[in-house]
Amino acid sequence: MSKAVVVKDLTKKFGNFTAVNKLNFEVDKGEVFGFLGANGAGKTTAIKILCGLSKPSSGQVTVAGFDAYKQSELIKKNIGYMSQRFSLYDDLTIAENIRFYGGIYGLKRVEIQSKTKEYVKKLDLEEFEGRAVIDLPLGIKQKLAFSVANVHNPAIIFLDEPTSGVDPITRRQFWDMIYSEAAKGKTIFVTTHYMDEAEYCDRITIMVDGKIEALDSPSRLKKDFNAHNISDIFLKLSRKQNSTQN
Amino acid sequence: MKGFIIKEFLQIFRDYRSMAILFGIPIAQILLFGFALNMDLNNAHIAIVNKSGDAKSIELINKINSSDYFIVDQVFNSETNIQAAFQRGEIKEVIVIPEDFAARLASNQKIELQVIADASDPNTASILVNYTQAVVSSFQSQNAKGSSAALPLIQVESRFKYNESLKSVYMFVPGVFTIILMLVSAMMTSISIAREKELGTMEILLVSPITPVQIILGKVFPYVLLSFINAGLILLMSAFVFGMPFSGSITLLLAEALLFILMALSLGIFISTVSNSQQTAMLLSMFALLLPTILLSGFVFPIKNMPEVLQWLSHLMPGKWFIIIVKAIILKGAGFADLWKETLIILSMTLFFIGLSIKKFNIRLATN
Repeated sequence: MSKAVVVKDLTKKFGNFTAVNKLNFEVDKGEVFGFLGANGAGKTTAIKILCGLSKPSSGQVTVAGFDAYKQSELIKKNIGYMSQRFSLYDDLTIAENIRFYGGIYGLKRVEIQSKTKEYVKKLDLEEFEGRAVIDLPLGIKQKLAFSVANVHNPAIIFLDEPTSGVDPITRRQFWDMIYSEAAKGKTIFVTTHYMDEAEYCDRITIMVDGKIEALDSPSRLKKDFNAHNISDIFLKLSRKQNSTQN
Repeated sequence: MKGFIIKEFLQIFRDYRSMAILFGIPIAQILLFGFALNMDLNNAHIAIVNKSGDAKSIELINKINSSDYFIVDQVFNSETNIQAAFQRGEIKEVIVIPEDFAARLASNQKIELQVIADASDPNTASILVNYTQAVVSSFQSQNAKGSSAALPLIQVESRFKYNESLKSVYMFVPGVFTIILMLVSAMMTSISIAREKELGTMEILLVSPITPVQIILGKVFPYVLLSFINAGLILLMSAFVFGMPFSGSITLLLAEALLFILMALSLGIFISTVSNSQQTAMLLSMFALLLPTILLSGFVFPIKNMPEVLQWLSHLMPGKWFIIIVKAIILKGAGFADLWKETLIILSMTLFFIGLSIKKFNIRLATN
C-alpha cells in the first residue's frame, strides 16, 4: 500500500444540496496534504467522511488501505483526528487526558505512562503537570491536542483547522511538530484558512463550492496560475466562481 | 470502557456544581417536603361564640381546646365579632353554640351547632370541619352514656389502614423519592452528554475505535451508581428522620428503584440526542420531565380528580407507576406478584427510550 487516501467520485448530498461534488484525489504516504477552501466550500464535510463521522452518498473512499463503507472500524484504529474545536477535557489534568485517550485506543498502562512523560518533556509542561488543562495557554493546548491525537501512533493524522486563533510563533512551532511526524512516515491531512500555511504543504487542493478547482504542489500551482502566492490563486478561483454564478 | 468510567467519575467529582445537584438537592428536597409541605393540621386557632354559657357548653369548649387540633383563642357572646376576627386572619374557624345548650342536651332535644370555617384555603377548611365533627360526636357519645338517652344505633369505627396516623410525610416520601431519581438521573446524564457535544469532544470520541454503545454505557454507568446511592440515602433519611415504617422487602424496593433509574437514564440519553447544548438539555429535562412528573404523577394532586384527558396523560408518566410501586412496597408490604404490571410498564418504557435513542443516533450519522 503506497497511497494513504484514495478518493474516487466522492459525493455527499444533504437533501437537494450537494456539499461535496465528485471529488477525486490521492494522498501519498508521508505526505503533508493541504485542504483549502472558503467557509462552506465542503472541506469539513469531506474530512468528516474520511474520518467516518459521516457517510458518503456515493463514490469510493479508501483510507489507510481500508474501505470507508465496510471497514470503518479498521479506519478508526489507524487515524488520528484533531478538530478545529478544542478536543481535550478542560477539567482534567494533562496526564488524565492522555490516560483517557490512550485508554480509548487500547494502549497499555506502561505505554500511556511513557507517552505522558514524553509529551510533558517535549512540550515543556512540567509546571502545568498537576493542573487542569483549562489553565494552559491556547498555543500549548493546541500542541498538546495534536500530541494526544497522535498518542496511538496512527498512520494518518487529520487536522481540521488546527491553528485557528493561535499566534504566529506557536503556529510555526506547530508546523515543526507536523513536519517531524511526517518525517517518520506519517501522512498529514490538514485543512486551513491561513494561506501562508498552505505553502508549508507538499501538495494542496483548493475547493470551491464542493469541487476541487486546483490540486498540485504550491510551487507548481503558482507557476500554472501565474501568481506570486497561494492567496492570489485562492482569490482568482473564488472570483472566477462568483463571475460564472453572476 | 474502564478508563471512560474513571474519567467520568473524575469529572463529576471535580465539578462541585454537579456534586451539589447530585447530593444537595435530594437532601434539601426531602427535608423541605417532609417538614414544610405538611398537610397535617395541628393547633388551628379558632373562636367560639357561646350563646348558652352553661356548664355543658364550657365542658364542650374545654374538650375542643384539649384536642391537639384546636386552640380556642377567643370566646364571644354574640356573632358580631366573627367577621372582624376572620378578616384579621386570627382564626380559621368559628363554632357557634346555641342558647340553652345544657337544657336541650339533658332533655334530648335537637341541637344545632353552627360551624363557620375560613374557606379561602378549602383543604384546610374541610379538614377543620371534619375534626370539629369528630370532637363533637365524641362529646355527644360521652354525654349519652351518662344519661338514659338512646345511643346512636350504628356507630362507625373507621380505621386508616397503611397510614394509621394519617401522616402526610408517608405520602410525600414516595413522591419525592421518584422525583429526585428522575431529576438526578435524567437531567445529569442529558447534561453530561450534551456537554461532550458542546465542547466538541464527542466528535473525537466518535472518530476513535470506541463504539457509540460503549460511549453511552461509559457515560451512564457512574450515574447509575450515584443515583443508586442517592436512593439509599433518601430511604435512610425517611426512615430515621421521619420514622417512615418499611413493611415491604427492601431488596424488591431497591431492585425496582434500579429499574426506574435505568428508565430515567434512557430518557436522559434520549433528551441528549435531541439537544445540542447543556442549556437545552437542562431546560428540556426541567419542563418536559420534572413539571409533568410533579403535576401528573399523583404525587401532589390525586389523579382520580383530574379531567379524563389528563388521567390518560398521567398513564404516560413513568413516575406515576413508580410512585404506585414505592407506596405499595413501603406502606402495604406488597410483593412482586402484586406489582408485576407496573414493573412491566416501566421496563417497556425503558426499552422504548433506548430504542428511540439508538434510532436517532443512527439517523444523525447518516445525515451529518
